[in-house]
Amino acid sequence: MNAVHRAWWKTAIGAVLTALMLFPLYWMINVSFTQRSAIRDADLFPQAFTLENYQVVLSSQLPYLGTSVLIGLGTVVVTLVISAPAAYALSKLHVPGHRVINFGLIVAQMIPAVVMALGFYTIYSNLGVLNSVYGLILADSTIAVPFGVMLFSAFMTSIPKELLEAAEIDGASYWRTFRSVVLPVSRNSAVTVGLFAFLWAWSDFLFASTLNREGGSLRPITMGLYDFIGSQNQEWGPLMAAAVVASIPTAILLIVAQRYVAAGITAGAVKD
Amino acid sequence: MTLSTQSSAARPLPRPAARRAGRPPADEAARRRRIRPTTWAGLAFIAPMAIYFVVFYVYPLYENVSMSLHRFTRATFVTGAAPFVGFDIYKEVTSSPLFAPTVVQTAIFVTVSLVFQYSIGLGLAVFFRRHFPLSEVLRALFLVPWLLPIIVSATTWQWMMDADSGIINRFLGVFGMDPVWWLNNDHSLWAVVIANIWLGIPFNLVILYSGLQNISADLYEAASIDGASAWRQFWSITFPLLKPVSAITLLLGFVYTLKVVDIIWIMTMGTGSSQTLATWAYAMAFGKGSSSVIRYSQAAVVGTVLLIVALIMGFVYLFVQRRQEER
Repeated sequence: MNAVHRAWWKTAIGAVLTALMLFPLYWMINVSFTQRSAIRDADLFPQAFTLENYQVVLSSQLPYLGTSVLIGLGTVVVTLVISAPAAYALSKLHVPGHRVINFGLIVAQMIPAVVMALGFYTIYSNLGVLNSVYGLILADSTIAVPFGVMLFSAFMTSIPKELLEAAEIDGASYWRTFRSVVLPVSRNSAVTVGLFAFLWAWSDFLFASTLNREGGSLRPITMGLYDFIGSQNQEWGPLMAAAVVASIPTAILLIVAQRYVAAGITAGAVKD
Repeated sequence: MTLSTQSSAARPLPRPAARRAGRPPADEAARRRRIRPTTWAGLAFIAPMAIYFVVFYVYPLYENVSMSLHRFTRATFVTGAAPFVGFDIYKEVTSSPLFAPTVVQTAIFVTVSLVFQYSIGLGLAVFFRRHFPLSEVLRALFLVPWLLPIIVSATTWQWMMDADSGIINRFLGVFGMDPVWWLNNDHSLWAVVIANIWLGIPFNLVILYSGLQNISADLYEAASIDGASAWRQFWSITFPLLKPVSAITLLLGFVYTLKVVDIIWIMTMGTGSSQTLATWAYAMAFGKGSSSVIRYSQAAVVGTVLLIVALIMGFVYLFVQRRQEER
């Protein structure tokens, strides 16, 4: 009885801490529903409730949202196509110099994005592919590919040898084994990798603001929001509404695919 | 550049055979002489990523380093005929009056962020260690800030730190404190540090929490039978046993904090005391407003310095991980 009592006490403290942590997000949502005249009152609830801010946002930001979805999906495809076969090779086949490759993957995740952006900017400007959607997709994929290879490898190492040997005995080629045995059992990992690739591409500001500055509406939502900051100076209602809209994929993924998000977070963070 | 990285990466790994479990040495020697089918398959499956790695990592990094050794201006950037000047630009950058303050600000930004992210993260991890009703849900909610686009969080913090009507100054006003001009030149470093601590807490919480799960519950049980207080248990069990995980957390935290650009850029555009090495590089190459002259080469110099730090940290990470595996 006493223990149960104490446990609920902890829940209460935990709820307060969580509320503190999430307060900025609550504030963002609160302001996004507040009328322009009342924004500077800093009411704790949107007493002067309005949906006008969202109308402003949707009328101007829809093309950017579309572009972001496109870039996100493109990044997912590139990331999966590159990282799944590589992980199969690293975990189940023999690759000379695989330790150097593993080290390269760790370092690749540590390289400052601004350094990558500078290099990409030079190359893209020489090739004339600045401000293109596929250029940004390729650049965004560099954020996710090392993570993808590491997450896939961690899982594929645990695929029992017997399973692959059975396929081999049946005369399956390596490609066939990969396609009909390894890939199907790695489905969950693929979802996790894809999820994070999408989320990172969606959230990317650095590559978008350097490689796709002048792409008009063919720019992602982060750039739409960034422009909005410049043009809607001090118009915090629409600005916060735009921020809420830009957060929607995160919210959806957290609700729909929480299991995969959790898997990715722990796997990506703690390498055994 | 990458060649030297790879050869030096290969050096501290002198025992490839020891790791390969269960293969007799004779087979190992035979393997060297002719390439086995699994090797061919391995090469074929790794090939896309190898090519990708060269084109999308090595090549941009090579361009970055090369740019730091050639004098690029807007004109030569277009023609591509920038003259080679060796380490001249490195000297210019390090002797620039902005260099020393920027290094100091970067050090403050990284150190203060890490200290608070880690201690708050650890405190929360200990709090969530033992399950209580709704603990899973609450812990999951703590991760939300981490997954949001940084531009969203940065914009929100910017508004909360507004000097006139931001909620933070309103809150301070309740206690009779004067409004703080968070985002002006003198205070902008603290503004971005606060926002960055908030952003880093989920990461620290996740890693430290999973580290705590690996500490046996029996230890705590034995300690409480011996009458050790919670405080005592933390310092004699939790903290010492968590050291390896703490090392990795702080190391990764260091790397991630050093390369932060977006949160600072969106909140303050790196103005005043909030300029760090990473935002300085960004501002010199891509900044608008603050610098009308675009200085790619100088930006590339700062970028290369950051790159070298990242490489060193990569080695440290490998070293720490290896030592932990050996134990």
